[in-house]
Amino acid sequence: MATKNFLRERFLPHLWCPGCGHGMVLNGLLHAVEELGMSKNEIVMVSGIGCSSRITGYVDFHTLHTIHGRALAFATGVKMSRPELTLIVPMGDGDALAIGGNHFIHAARRNIDITAIVMNNRIYGMTGGQFSPLSGENISATTAPYLTIDPSFNIVELSKAAGATFVARTTTYHVQQIADIIRQAVLHEGFSVVEILTQCPTYFGRKNKGGSAVDMVNWFKDHTTPVGSKAKQENPDLIERGIFLQEERPEYCREYEKIVELAMKGH
Amino acid sequence: MGENIKFVQGNEACVEAALYAGLNFFAGYPITPSSEIAEHLSYRLPQAGGRFIQMEDEISSLCAAIGASLTGSKVMTATSGPGFSLMQEALGYAIMAEIPCVIVDVQRGGPSTGLPTHGSQGDVNQARWGTHGDHAIIAMTASGHQDVFAVTVEAFNLAETYRTPVILLFDEVVAHMRERLVIPEVGEIPLVERLKTSVSEGVDYHPYLPREDGRLPMSDFGGVHRYNVTGLFHDMWGFPSSEPRVVHGLLRHLVDKLENRANSLARFKEFYVEDAQHLLISYGSAARSARHVVEKRRNRGERIGLLELQTLWPFPTDIVREKCSQVQFVVVVELNMGQILQAVKLAVDQPEKVFLANRIDGEFIAPADILNILRLIQGKGV
Repeated sequence: MATKNFLRERFLPHLWCPGCGHGMVLNGLLHAVEELGMSKNEIVMVSGIGCSSRITGYVDFHTLHTIHGRALAFATGVKMSRPELTLIVPMGDGDALAIGGNHFIHAARRNIDITAIVMNNRIYGMTGGQFSPLSGENISATTAPYLTIDPSFNIVELSKAAGATFVARTTTYHVQQIADIIRQAVLHEGFSVVEILTQCPTYFGRKNKGGSAVDMVNWFKDHTTPVGSKAKQENPDLIERGIFLQEERPEYCREYEKIVELAMKGH
Repeated sequence: MGENIKFVQGNEACVEAALYAGLNFFAGYPITPSSEIAEHLSYRLPQAGGRFIQMEDEISSLCAAIGASLTGSKVMTATSGPGFSLMQEALGYAIMAEIPCVIVDVQRGGPSTGLPTHGSQGDVNQARWGTHGDHAIIAMTASGHQDVFAVTVEAFNLAETYRTPVILLFDEVVAHMRERLVIPEVGEIPLVERLKTSVSEGVDYHPYLPREDGRLPMSDFGGVHRYNVTGLFHDMWGFPSSEPRVVHGLLRHLVDKLENRANSLARFKEFYVEDAQHLLISYGSAARSARHVVEKRRNRGERIGLLELQTLWPFPTDIVREKCSQVQFVVVVELNMGQILQAVKLAVDQPEKVFLANRIDGEFIAPADILNILRLIQGKGV
């Protein structure tokens, strides 16, 4: 099935700015779903609030556009109720890790079979360019006129520590890797985190001399390196991309099935 | 038959009723005085093949319940004041997206952490207006376990019928009190099952296009119709819209579907109201003391009656006005500073004849407290 068949063309054009990376994430996501060969009826996509969250409106799956930061909580209810469905939860950096941080770590702790995609553009785009917990220090934002002093979360380390069993990172420069990693994340049984570095030329780029969208995408090419590469040893400032963790641990819904069995036996 | 008679807490009566109504998903977070609901359901739900999950907070509890409801489950969460405050945003979402769900708020003293182990009815207005924006809501309560059972089943029925969250405003006194409960036989109380769309696969399904009777047939997530659900104002496909006609039409629909049915949604009980000259209006645990006063004074020949409200919102304005039209005065008995008193004063023709008998110190209101107010009103001194 062509990726075009996964779009709700009635609702296009999308609302993202020219040069925004979210469309590239959407493209990678649709290719991943195409390769998986899944029925559209099997997929539930849940999002919160923000630029990234509007992705749900454009795709022809069961889509739930919820409230800020709570997408994983809604997704947990869907998954627990119908474990056979595939849950994909795209979130922004603020959505996932500021207001939604608590739900993020608890979903990881449970290892519930949900694929969380963090579209990390290091800024709150929809509200006009405020810094996020992923902005990092010395960033200019509309709420940081003297530059940020807030350190950033490391999503990969946070996810691993919280209990996620599949953790990966890529960027909008690496479009084929986006599709490949999302495909593997969806196939993985357990809580999967895929961080995708994406560009916001409108707010992050403009305020931080990031240049054009093309410049920002090229920055991802020049400042990232595959996990465990020699280049990282020579230049520790490079950001690693690829799959950091993939391990087996009991999945929450399967464990709950055992509870149901036990209870029905008249325990 | 013996197995159907139980001696239980009000919270357990609520659990029995939820299971009777077909509950199959519960998400919650421990908080006094509602925790027994989660505890009992963690044991009982999986026995019935249902799902129980203890979430990381009350916010996520209601969110998870809403998510589960979209797959076709009958869902509930239970909490108390501080947790109910945390649920307000998701409550608004359920109103906007028209997701059936039942939210139990076992009231305790507030504001803030307040009096966790004492009774109160201080959340009445929060149930009405706690979430932001214009909206309508159904909130119900009960004073005894048989009625807790009945209104809980009714809450599920109304949630499914009108695709709306329904709030059960119980209070600590009823929740922790033990009394007799007779579980009705299967079929004794009719159950409303979710109205599913008859639109077949491949035909354009409009999840937010009401039928002529105002009802919206649903399609479960995972089924053959894929659609969008959002908390933004949305069109008949569920896609965000800021078109003024769409916004106006949706808001009117959300409010009118409940407010226009205030009379038919009203559940209440009457004790000697027919010929009453003096009328008490009460609800929840406070109505138990009010009823005691009425029985006692009737024995002495006073023409006093009690209107016990079970549906608080939408407020049964027409019914209250009619019941109050012939009486000399009205006393609203409640465990707050007059939250239903305000609604009664707005409903009646002569608000100056409506008085308040209350307690706000964490103690349960006793018949003597009500009698004192009656004596004051009648100029007899205390």
